[in-house]
Amino acid sequence: MIEGILIGLETALSFKNLLMVMMGCFFGTIIGMLPGLGPMTAIALMIPITYGFEPATGLILMAGVYYGAVFGGSTSSILINAPGVPGTVATSFDGYPMAQQGKAGKALAIAAYSSFAGGTIAAIFLLFAAPSLSKVSLAFRSPDYFALMILGLTAVAAFSSKGQFLKAMMMVVLGLMLASVGQDSLSDITRFTFGNINLLDGISFVLVVMATFAMSEALTIILKGKDPSRATEQISLSKLGSIRLDKEERNKMLKTIPRSSVLGFLVGVLPGAGATIASFLAYGMERNFVNEDEKQKFGKGSVQGLAAPETANNAACSGAFVPLLTLGIPGSGTTAVMLGALLGFGIQPGPRLYMTNPEIFWSVIMSMYIGMVILLILNLPLIPYIARVLATPKNFLIPLILFFSVTGIYLMSFNNFDIFLMIGIAVVATFLKLYNFPMPPLILAFVLGGLMEENLRRSLLISDGSFNFLWDRPLTAIILAITVTIISWQIFKSFKK
Amino acid sequence: MRISTDKVISLLFFVLSAFYLHQTYQIQVFSFDENAPFNAKTFPTFLAYIGMFLSILYVVLPENKPTKVDHKVLDYRSSIYLVIITVIYGFVILRAGFFLSTSFFLFFSYYFLGERRWIWMFILSFPFVALFMFLLHGILDVYLRDPLLKLLGIIG
Repeated sequence: MIEGILIGLETALSFKNLLMVMMGCFFGTIIGMLPGLGPMTAIALMIPITYGFEPATGLILMAGVYYGAVFGGSTSSILINAPGVPGTVATSFDGYPMAQQGKAGKALAIAAYSSFAGGTIAAIFLLFAAPSLSKVSLAFRSPDYFALMILGLTAVAAFSSKGQFLKAMMMVVLGLMLASVGQDSLSDITRFTFGNINLLDGISFVLVVMATFAMSEALTIILKGKDPSRATEQISLSKLGSIRLDKEERNKMLKTIPRSSVLGFLVGVLPGAGATIASFLAYGMERNFVNEDEKQKFGKGSVQGLAAPETANNAACSGAFVPLLTLGIPGSGTTAVMLGALLGFGIQPGPRLYMTNPEIFWSVIMSMYIGMVILLILNLPLIPYIARVLATPKNFLIPLILFFSVTGIYLMSFNNFDIFLMIGIAVVATFLKLYNFPMPPLILAFVLGGLMEENLRRSLLISDGSFNFLWDRPLTAIILAITVTIISWQIFKSFKK
Repeated sequence: MRISTDKVISLLFFVLSAFYLHQTYQIQVFSFDENAPFNAKTFPTFLAYIGMFLSILYVVLPENKPTKVDHKVLDYRSSIYLVIITVIYGFVILRAGFFLSTSFFLFFSYYFLGERRWIWMFILSFPFVALFMFLLHGILDVYLRDPLLKLLGIIG
């Protein structure tokens, strides 16, 4: 293995490849900041460019673009509450409030450090545990996935302030209802489309995120423009703040990063789960680990609330390479595009890749790591400049946020209907937010809705309609036991108060 | 008896859930799937009942602290203007093309939000959109529909 690592390092550290990874990180960051153009699009855009390159060089460029795009998504989440990438939605829960408090620089620095740390730990896991973990990932069955989705929903508690739990739950149901629109995945029967062909494919995730986060936030800022209590917020928005972390913040991150990395990597390894679910699970898990004071800060600018999803989504990105490189199974949309690129280079990923093309296997792993180092080196000095976006006067910033939201949707479908649907959802979301109905549970449920129904369907069909599947498999039972423990603990603590 | 807006929203959610349930029963499943342990209706039916249950629970249970919104300080006028401009933008983007519609959308949005620095309003609309289009269409090769620029031979 040492020999393989050295081969990988030698390839990845050549001048040409270092240049490629730097360019990849830079362009990836820009593409990731644009709503609607996530890592998947970014990598797809690179495929024609890389065809003339050697396979290792092409893959190194793609790895740079991949991590750059994920970081770019975090940047727009934190600064304008417009997650450019689904995996960075959870980043906005605490990142955006921090930016509003005049700590945009610090929030971006936390995101950069957490991403780097999450990616580093995951790269180490990838080096040592990839072959054995690929077998574990295949051991997951539908009941286990269903239990995992339920566990993911326990994160809802993180978004409900005192006495608002029912509101959060109603938003969960609304999110699941929105996710059920369109053709049923198995039977192709149309549901809730009202005869409109634009709804046949369901409602796009980016559309719902843009409507409930970016657009509704822009409308809320305008709506509350005359509110005197918002005046201080406007002043703090123009402050960039320091990017230095104090000792307490560093200590908090040191606790969060290891556990979120492990969780993120393991979720990333599971086919179909991915960075979005990893980040939500990490956010919910972190809230359960922290003390009562820190818990109150969640959703209002908590350091740990920001570090957890950022660590987990990067760790999950690395984790997603495990089934791709070792089994030839893409675990996410992005790795599916990567698989296409590998096949284009004439490389067949799978158990034999390690033996037949060791230089490819190791150089991809090493370049992923080098990509993260370069990303950190490139982005840290740029943070004060990137954060200046917030200093843009409100009269200019709001229309630009609306422009990015509409363009993100327009680029995906070239369809007026999606734009109107987004405006409609944004107006309703703005009204609901005025009355403290939280939006994150809606997004969480929307993400999990499709997978949840799919896995419940498979489980029930396999068990012939019996709910025994919930405790038949030890893995399902363990995940559900953790879920029940978390819920019971929440209820117990609320009674204790 | 005075009912809080939070509870009115919950009642509306009850109506939405009831309507969702009604629509669930309209889903036409295949005859062989009708008695299957799980079909296209199963999950939505669960959701509808859970939604109705939660909303009724919210209405019935005493409220801790109903949300108070001071409507006098809310700027409804600017918000409505902005929504209308965005709707118009949505209507014309396919017909007038990306460049003109986006540039005018940005320019008028700045204007309706009270901005009067004309030079900045211009720079952050027409040249900004041109630069954005160059990045997307020229460098990244992302397709942007623009019949006008196509007619003028500026884009392919």
